[in-house]
Amino acid sequence: MRYLTARKRAEGNGASHTGTAHHWSMTLSSVALAFLVPTWVYIVGHALGQDYEAVRATFARPFTSILTALVLVIGMRHFAMGATMMIEDYAQGTARKIAIMFVISLSTVIAATGLYALVRIAL
Amino acid sequence: MAENKRVVERPLSPFMIGPYYRVQLTSVTSILTRITGNGLIVGVMLAVWWLFAAAVSLAYFAVANRVATSWFGDLVFTCSAWAVWYHYLSGLRHLYFDAGHGLEIATAEKLGWGIIAGSFILTALTILIV
Repeated sequence: MRYLTARKRAEGNGASHTGTAHHWSMTLSSVALAFLVPTWVYIVGHALGQDYEAVRATFARPFTSILTALVLVIGMRHFAMGATMMIEDYAQGTARKIAIMFVISLSTVIAATGLYALVRIAL
Repeated sequence: MAENKRVVERPLSPFMIGPYYRVQLTSVTSILTRITGNGLIVGVMLAVWWLFAAAVSLAYFAVANRVATSWFGDLVFTCSAWAVWYHYLSGLRHLYFDAGHGLEIATAEKLGWGIIAGSFILTALTILIV
């Protein structure tokens, strides 16, 4: 008698090893960004080119600050996963691993820098 | 130990556009989605650096703002505006395709032209309004 079910033995054996988790995560973040990005582009586009006090005043507002934080966190995750997918298509072995580490690190540093700036302006 | 090491040469999926398939609208609009999505990191880096400088000091902001509003900054942000709208529209098309719609060749080609035209219209609107 086999104790492992057919489903258990099949799980994780597809090409991605994680089923549709990556695709679903990209779908979720893309829908979120579809709602967030137009307003964010409008606000940041307006702030761009203004003087120091005006820029700080824009990002000190709760709405702008929270919106920017959401765009950074969700956007950088969306970028990291999309860039990972591209690297997996065109590189393999050690080059693939290093490139994936690089894009994940880069997107994390960008998100952390942006969040630090938002907190510092808000305080 | 060394002789036990088996090197597995796994193939990468070939790049199809060019050697295997003629260039067509659907494949070009698809690869542009990837290029714009990944390219947007340049605009994001410049914008976050500018925001970081605004958080740090007036003097540092002056430096970042000079770069962000220079011809280089204008070029990066104008390209980013087009890239963000292109990626936005093709992302919506991706969701529409995922739901199983619009996959007939004639419809897919119409959607492709729609994305291209829409991205330029939205970029023009962004420049006008912002």
